[in-house]
Amino acid sequence: MSEQKVALVTGASRGIGRAIAEKLAADGFTVVGTATSESGAEAISAYLQAAGNAGCGMALDVASDDSVDVVLKSIAEQFGAPLVLVNNAGITRDNILMRMKADEWSDVINTNLNALYRVSKACLRGMTKARWGRIVNITSVVGSMGNIGQSNYAATKAGAEGFSRALARELGSRSVTVNSVAPGFIDTDMTRELSDAQRDLMLGQIPLGRLGQPEEIAALVAFLCSDVAGYITGETLHINGGMYMA
Amino acid sequence: MSSIEERVKKIVAEQLGVKEEEVQTEASFVEDLGADSLDTVELVMALEEEFETEIPDEEAEKITTVKLAIDYINDNLA
Repeated sequence: MSEQKVALVTGASRGIGRAIAEKLAADGFTVVGTATSESGAEAISAYLQAAGNAGCGMALDVASDDSVDVVLKSIAEQFGAPLVLVNNAGITRDNILMRMKADEWSDVINTNLNALYRVSKACLRGMTKARWGRIVNITSVVGSMGNIGQSNYAATKAGAEGFSRALARELGSRSVTVNSVAPGFIDTDMTRELSDAQRDLMLGQIPLGRLGQPEEIAALVAFLCSDVAGYITGETLHINGGMYMA
Repeated sequence: MSSIEERVKKIVAEQLGVKEEEVQTEASFVEDLGADSLDTVELVMALEEEFETEIPDEEAEKITTVKLAIDYINDNLA
């Protein structure tokens, strides 16, 4: 790549987000990764620096309009407008609906879904002007299959996929693609919290008989962000070891 | 230095990919010059850059013709 494009990855301090940030850095993007805390941002800066990348970590609360406003301005000043955006930051507040508190519902909607409005909108000006852009929204197999205790989370993930399709239509004429990547059961902190029994139950439903690795998700996201993927838009790509076949 | 009218018309022609002589003062971006909704947003972005100003969304939505763009710039930058 002759001139380095800026890639913004939210939720990049660990797990899938970190793997995506590292892969995009290896592919030649200047990467800005975000985390909710300053210590998370520092950890991102450290691994990007170790990889020789010009980018850095920044503290960002995707649930806050002001935070998104400030951080996006700062990225534009320091590095230029991001032409690649990976909306990866997300939370879970699991509970069956009959017991779910209003804040468990609204926190998840605000962080996982409303953030797409905030962060994506803030990046569109740069992408439409460049006549090139890539937005990848990290969703979940749960958005298609549903899962007990995750009505809030599943709603945001299915919502993100609809959002991607609508935005793909709006921006197609400017060569900006918008896609979703829906991981299944991936080996991260989130899944390490499960009990052995829960884990065995999940593995029994996966034809490939193992968890996915964050690097396997990152490889797919990086492909979607590359020039050769320019004809794929509005699509949801499932990557789940065969656990769900659309 | 060309007039505000000339500068606005030049930007409209560039953004919408039409000839400058087609950009009549009374022309509507959408009806006469074939702009879609995204074109009109980008047109406002280009005007903001040319005239080094920020046009609030609620004002930007009202700028639907060449004349309204010229008037807006004259009223807010003169």
